[in-house]
Amino acid sequence: MISFKNVTKRYGEEIVAVNDVDFTVEEGKIVVLLGPSGCGKTTLLRMVNRLESISEGEIIINNENSKDLDAIELRRKIGYVIQSNGLFPNMTIEENVMLVPDLLGWSKKEKRERFEYLMKLIGLDAKDYGKRYPHELSGGQQQRIGVVRALAADPPVMLMDEPFGALDPIIRDKIQEEFLQIQREVKKTILFVSHDIDEAIKMADKIVLLRNGEIMQFDTPSKMLSHPKNEFVSQFFGKDRAIKSLSLHTVEDLQTIIGLGPVDESVQDTKTINIHQDLRNTLSMLMNQEADQVVVKNDQDENIGTITIDLVQKYLHFEIKGKMSASQEG
Amino acid sequence: MNRKKWIGNIVKYTLYALVATFFIWAIANSYFDYIFTQSGTFLVLLRQHIVLVLVSSILAILVAVPAGILITRPKFKKAEWLVSNVANLGQTIPSLAVLALMISILGIGFKSAVFALFIYSILPIFRNTVAGIDSIDKNMIDAAKGMGMKPHQILFRVELPNSAYSILAGIRTAVVLNIGTAALAYVVGAGGLGVWIFTGINLFDNGFLISGAIPVTLLAILADYILRKIEYIVVPKGSRRIEKA
Repeated sequence: MISFKNVTKRYGEEIVAVNDVDFTVEEGKIVVLLGPSGCGKTTLLRMVNRLESISEGEIIINNENSKDLDAIELRRKIGYVIQSNGLFPNMTIEENVMLVPDLLGWSKKEKRERFEYLMKLIGLDAKDYGKRYPHELSGGQQQRIGVVRALAADPPVMLMDEPFGALDPIIRDKIQEEFLQIQREVKKTILFVSHDIDEAIKMADKIVLLRNGEIMQFDTPSKMLSHPKNEFVSQFFGKDRAIKSLSLHTVEDLQTIIGLGPVDESVQDTKTINIHQDLRNTLSMLMNQEADQVVVKNDQDENIGTITIDLVQKYLHFEIKGKMSASQEG
Repeated sequence: MNRKKWIGNIVKYTLYALVATFFIWAIANSYFDYIFTQSGTFLVLLRQHIVLVLVSSILAILVAVPAGILITRPKFKKAEWLVSNVANLGQTIPSLAVLALMISILGIGFKSAVFALFIYSILPIFRNTVAGIDSIDKNMIDAAKGMGMKPHQILFRVELPNSAYSILAGIRTAVVLNIGTAALAYVVGAGGLGVWIFTGINLFDNGFLISGAIPVTLLAILADYILRKIEYIVVPKGSRRIEKA
């Protein structure tokens, strides 16, 4: 758990980078710090492992005040991932990943086992990749290594500063999925900086939207999309926030609320989609191809129904617009 | 084959031909004879020359590398500009002048020569050390800090390995320059192969001149070769390619 208690960061007398920020990252959850550049999100992140000092207030990490801990000890207990992976070119992949365990004085055997386990998590062969150097890996692989390096000493808390920001969209999407998969297994408490709204919606259990060092809203992604607290929040998520919010819902949600269309066996070669696919992707699939409908398949690969643009629109109206108008009335 | 390669080859083979012609000419005129007829003297001069270079270079490395490391520490970062300029200024004084100045302070002989050569070797090593450390990606240092590495661990495990190439290149430059400049040690009576070179100049004796100058050149080439080998061993495998790119 990471608690920010009235945290303020000042540079000199004039500049306030972070102003009276107060929120908590619950155990095992991902909180995304989101906002335009210069909003203080990276500063806030770096205050947790004391790469930036705290001017006022305090940060409590797992019931310990970060101020009371030795900065070096504190950092070794916190996983840290940065955008440009920060791998050391002079060290092999194994040396890079096992750096913190090495600093902590783990035995050779412990390190070896941990390395093999971590490489399995990201689906790379430990034997093959262990001896390679960072420059011999692709950008996506390097970033994966950057992530498992942060996990190396099994820290309860992780800080991620735009970890996927430098990757191309396709790879980024894949690594985000992969990371969420890993997170389901390791259940770390994660503070994540992003300027990408879609990434925030996808990754976050809760989002902290910042502007000029102040919290505009701290909420779950769906609440933030459906109940923007103020003008800035609704503008930041944009006019298409209803569509954005579709990525929080799956075909399965639609099936339970309004049901799918019947399967028309006479129609051949339509595209199929998995029931766990999110509605935003489904919608773009429907719009990108000529067919009016897409066949939905369950995990057993059976056709269980069809989905059309009309159905998505209907769902959008019921589920999301309904909530939004309710909030405006209330 | 493209044009660039052609020109490159022409230049290369012309140079080889010139060097070969030179050696044939020198041997035909028995200009190398002194090396064999006065081999005792030659070995003494050669040893003096090597000792001058070794002592002054090692001293320069011992001073310049730590100085470069020190000046890149956050505490001293502000002084970098000043120190670099002082070091640059030192380089602008002609080597003969430094030697002459040293005579009045340290007297004639070995000490003056070593000191002058030492002053001369500092700048390239210092400058390359600073440049090497400064060129390290700041994000990498940030990652190192964020992972809980102590300052000395960052220095020895991240900064120095990744700037080794640059530092060694500085040392190589300094040593090769030093071998040439050490010929001037004769002026302050510190011996070295300069003795034959200057004798040759004074007596218009090509024999002395070439018997002194060619070994100096070969020494410089040999030193360069050895230091490149050392570079290959010391620079971490992972950093090597990056430096080339």
